[in-house]
Amino acid sequence: MFEGIVIAGLIMGGIYSLIAVGLSLQYGVGRVLNISHGEFIMLGAFATWSLYTLLGVSPLLSLIICGPFLFFLGFLIHRTLFQYLRDKSESIGAFADSSLLASFGLLFIIQNIALLIWKADLRGYSYLNSPVSILGAIFTANRIVALFFAVSISLVFYLFLTYTRIGKAIRASAEDPITAQVMGVNIHRMLAICFGLGALMAGFAGPLISMMYEIQPTMGIEYTIIAIIVVVLGGLGSITGSLIGGFSLGLIGSIVTYFNPGLSLIAYYVIFILLLLIRPTGILGK
Amino acid sequence: MKCLNVITKRPFTVVGILLILILLALLPLYTKPYPVISLTNILMYIILTVSWVIFSGPTHYISLASAAFFGVGIYTSALLGKTLPLPAVVISGGLASFLLAILIGLLTLRLRGMYFIIFTFSVSELIRHFLLWWETNMTGTVGRWVVMVSHTTVYHIILTIFVVTMLIAYIIRRSRFGLALRCIGEQEEAAIHIGINATMVKTLTFAISATFMGAVGAIMATRWTYIDPRIAFDPHISFMPVLMAIFGGTLHPYGPVLGAAIFAYLEEILTTKFPYYYMLLFGTILIVVILFLPQGLFGLIQKWWKGGSGQENANP
Repeated sequence: MFEGIVIAGLIMGGIYSLIAVGLSLQYGVGRVLNISHGEFIMLGAFATWSLYTLLGVSPLLSLIICGPFLFFLGFLIHRTLFQYLRDKSESIGAFADSSLLASFGLLFIIQNIALLIWKADLRGYSYLNSPVSILGAIFTANRIVALFFAVSISLVFYLFLTYTRIGKAIRASAEDPITAQVMGVNIHRMLAICFGLGALMAGFAGPLISMMYEIQPTMGIEYTIIAIIVVVLGGLGSITGSLIGGFSLGLIGSIVTYFNPGLSLIAYYVIFILLLLIRPTGILGK
Repeated sequence: MKCLNVITKRPFTVVGILLILILLALLPLYTKPYPVISLTNILMYIILTVSWVIFSGPTHYISLASAAFFGVGIYTSALLGKTLPLPAVVISGGLASFLLAILIGLLTLRLRGMYFIIFTFSVSELIRHFLLWWETNMTGTVGRWVVMVSHTTVYHIILTIFVVTMLIAYIIRRSRFGLALRCIGEQEEAAIHIGINATMVKTLTFAISATFMGAVGAIMATRWTYIDPRIAFDPHISFMPVLMAIFGGTLHPYGPVLGAAIFAYLEEILTTKFPYYYMLLFGTILIVVILFLPQGLFGLIQKWWKGGSGQENANP
């Protein structure tokens, strides 16, 4: 029973970490608190659903299709919309406010296009849903696959940020954009890449979520809220913090769900509000 | 101290405004019910937007707690509607929101910028989810019934709230209190330094703006007759005033009225037939306004009006 709770928590936590790392990158480096983050997840989930039910494309293959496609979309949106806003804003604080509002606009646009295409119904498909027994607890195979992919993607991404040149440039831009620019980092390109990478993470999370749960075009905001909670929990802008925060929130959610399934969201909000009041900088924040 | 000079010398035609108000008040006598009902909806959005601007306009603290105050008003109406007369219900709705806002205001003193935005949002979501859980597990019924009132009465009460909101918004804007708010918005540390009690001013204004949202919620509940936490604390109510205010422009008092009126009217005609196209249009216009019209629609109109002959507030 105890193992069951922990594994269920890790599965949720894996997804939470993935979406939170994306948001953390967009906010931590680019100062865009992207309210439409969940809509990118929704796009990934629906693309996977359409590809699977219409063409029979395996959801794991969609993972490789959706990710890069959404990266490109995110890159493009930052290059046009957010870069223009950033150049025009007087201060970084003003940019944070106006980009938040602009991302609300994006939310409405993406969500309603999705509603026009896919309608407001709940959709689902069954893929890899044979039961698997781990340490006495029984899970469907797709959850274990999702956990595996979520953890490996996060790990690869962490290594990418730590060891590659682009990764170092991204961390430098997060630390101090002006100095990074002086050192030869093309800041506009780097910010657009960061925003694109955030969308890439959403593009990976979408297909994984669609394998496990039913999806609908209005599902995005729920994941955005969870991502925001995790990002604040881990410390705004800290990638490692988001990973730790995601798994912690997943575990907490799993424990609360075990005792009273209706209370898990309430528990998230209570933790979040207490956190903002007591330690707004999060676990690893400065 | 520059902000102390911002006093506009606009000719203020009291008579004209009174005339329009009398015409509006008599509207139910000479039209069919439908225009009155749709005007009630438009007024609801105008009040929500104007009261949002009372606090968030000058201070630049973006609050996403409107749904919490609106919903508290709705639930006050559901709980007290059967026992108290209607005006008392509306006033208690306002008072309940006032108290909640004082509490939230006192809790959020340390938070600024992004933290304030997400805090206010999560408070209203917490209330929604908690109430949903409470109603399902403790009282056993998710929804509640509200006593129905004739649409003319609803209209007259909402018109009264509208007039009071506009008056209070005007008074706050023109008083020392409003100047203090603008100073806080410009540079909070400096404002505290010149002797403004920032905590008191912010919390009180936040609570005043919440009062009107609560009062509107209390009266609108009688229109819907059936309510549940999902309807009452719909996050949509938190987003709309922000976006309508940005669209209209927050610098001038009529900006929010204009923005809310246009979008509420569009919602009236589009939302039943093409709800998705309405929200799509909304999102697109919002982005266009943020990109190209930072002063909002009213800023644009003012610019045309003046014909580019210099700024209105250039001289004290």
